[in-house]
Amino acid sequence: MKLKGSQILLKMLEEEKVDLIFGYPGGAVLDIYDQLYKSKLKHILVRHEQGAVHAADGYARATGKVGVCLVTSGPGATNTVTGIATANMDSIPVVVFTGQVPTTLIGNDAFQESDITGITRPCTKHNFLVRSVEELAATIKEAFHIARSGRPGPVLVDLPKNVMAAETEFNPANIKIRNYDVAHKPVPKKLSQVLEMLLQAKKPLLMTGGGVILGKASDELTKLARKYQIPVTGTLMGLGSFPGTDPLWLGMLGMHGTYHANMAVSHCDLLIAVGVRFDDRVTGTIETFAPNAQIVQIDIDPSSINRNVVVELPIIGETKATLKDLIQFLAEHKYVPAKDTRQEWLTEIEQWREKVPLTYCQNGEIIKPQYVIEKLYYVTNGDVFVTTEVGQNQMWTAQFFKFNKPNTFITSGGLGTMGYGLPAAIGVKCAFPDKQVVDIAGDGSIQMNIQELATAAQYNIAVKVVLLNNGFLGMVRQWQELFYEKRYSHTDMTYAPDFVKLAEAYGVVGMRATKPAEVEKTLREAFSIDKPVLMDFRVSREECVYPIVRPGESLSEMDLGTREMIN
Amino acid sequence: MEKKEHIISILVYNKPDVLARIAGTLGGKGYNIESLSVNTTTQYEISKIVMTSIGNQATISRIENQLQRLVDVISVEDLTNVDSVHREMILVRLNMTEDKKEQIKKAIDDNQWKVIKSDENYVILEITGDKVQIDLAMARLEPLGIADITRTGLVALELKN
Repeated sequence: MKLKGSQILLKMLEEEKVDLIFGYPGGAVLDIYDQLYKSKLKHILVRHEQGAVHAADGYARATGKVGVCLVTSGPGATNTVTGIATANMDSIPVVVFTGQVPTTLIGNDAFQESDITGITRPCTKHNFLVRSVEELAATIKEAFHIARSGRPGPVLVDLPKNVMAAETEFNPANIKIRNYDVAHKPVPKKLSQVLEMLLQAKKPLLMTGGGVILGKASDELTKLARKYQIPVTGTLMGLGSFPGTDPLWLGMLGMHGTYHANMAVSHCDLLIAVGVRFDDRVTGTIETFAPNAQIVQIDIDPSSINRNVVVELPIIGETKATLKDLIQFLAEHKYVPAKDTRQEWLTEIEQWREKVPLTYCQNGEIIKPQYVIEKLYYVTNGDVFVTTEVGQNQMWTAQFFKFNKPNTFITSGGLGTMGYGLPAAIGVKCAFPDKQVVDIAGDGSIQMNIQELATAAQYNIAVKVVLLNNGFLGMVRQWQELFYEKRYSHTDMTYAPDFVKLAEAYGVVGMRATKPAEVEKTLREAFSIDKPVLMDFRVSREECVYPIVRPGESLSEMDLGTREMIN
Repeated sequence: MEKKEHIISILVYNKPDVLARIAGTLGGKGYNIESLSVNTTTQYEISKIVMTSIGNQATISRIENQLQRLVDVISVEDLTNVDSVHREMILVRLNMTEDKKEQIKKAIDDNQWKVIKSDENYVILEITGDKVQIDLAMARLEPLGIADITRTGLVALELKN
């Protein structure tokens, strides 16, 4: 069967079971859009290409499938870079198709030409420039395979216009690509070392990260922790991989981690880290990170091992299969934790938890942002997908919302991309139309991709935006308060649109709450409407995220905020 | 940890931008490539890259892991601690000026350098050897007046697989 390049692209998307793409047309992809016009494949027209990648990324994080987007050449392609870098830092499987000028013009500085494979080489897992229609089908198949295999990541496929128009013989059964999968090999010797370490440990601690969610290993991690009564802390990316309501859960560790999580890491004598890469926001000063602990690190990617923290026992493998092997090994060798010592350790942690619980002070007539998040949890019963923007809104969400299931907390952890939350929420809602999806936003971040309200309105993608509006770039302001003697250099965002009117102008329902008493009512009303809603919560302007580990300090040296806040 | 030169041998798929990926991966992480040599193997679709980089063992392991992540990289091996032979080559042009002529002829004879092209005005030599030998040759060539020189990256081969 002879097909055009543009037809082969759509056939291959079908082969890969893609049911939805996010995109934005332009000159170089006109042939593809002409085929889309005739196709049943669902396409969501975003309002900016960055939004397309974030939406595909949100879709991927929520479903565990590959997210797909399609944009034109030149500026269309360069606009995807922040989205791609976001997905790359968090290892999210996304395939980005970019249009390109005809192969005959490449390198000529043609209209809307950009060397997008060159630009994205450092921020993709891999990328391709398809030079002929004959290599198109195999390249697309390879792109999807690379995106989802091993440690996942974004793959960009650059499609010159003439390749899309050219014809070739197409037979999906004949496409052969090389295999990138690494077969799982059990490592009994290392498992027996873990057993030895567990037998000697008085204060073991599990640390869970994004690799547990990506590796679909939450059940195994939860089983390991519960069976052997090992307390669990997690990175931002690991939230949801262990039930947030479980008594063994200590909350997030790191710069804005809970007091008891950071104290537990600082005092544990065995740290079993699964699917983490020991980011600087997690470790504090490297030299004093987990100073008393032997560290076991389980990760699929050898480059994550010994990069920041030097570990005693690295185990390279899929998180799910490795944890499964470990659980089985421990059971076969009849491992039983020493009851007294384990109880002492859990009691010690409990005392830390009681000494400095996560808290804030909601009195008076001003809404505290943390209060909104707690109410959101209460109103939704936690049965909701949560995306965030970046900054204080993100940290308060990590602290005050309890995530019980993997893939339900969707945030830009590594790159810290402002403007991520709204388009990501749109992507999630497209994947799960019957679920509630909330973007917890700040007034700075939301304005970075506010145009996507139009996308939500056009397709009635009923996401709810919880805007914690403090009129500041809150996290930067907090640092200026704490580390720059309150010199608020260019962080005041008081000059802002009326968000309610702005929402309405886009065809989105706008609501506002200015008093604590209005918070719950506003949330309940918003969730009762089957439309996109933006809730403008006017919150306390100079609230800080606490605890905070100051840059360059150890996790055990937290600034806990004022006494008033603690009590 | 002690810093020293490491010889890294990399098998890659012979794709248009594979070298850019490798150079970008190292450059982006702040690692410097000291020397580089690339060519296809017995199979046209597979190339071998031999490069040297200076660092301590931890840095070099990190480089290996970063390279291993690249989709077009098949294998990475540090040959520094493996029994292996190493060679570099220089091509050098010396001008046969009146005052140096005799000195140059004598040096060529003494060192048994290979002349690959010459006339009354110049001579081009091809010299191969390991790093020490090449450095020694360079020192001996220096006083003869080097008109132009090109030095390859290091190539290396392990004695056993």
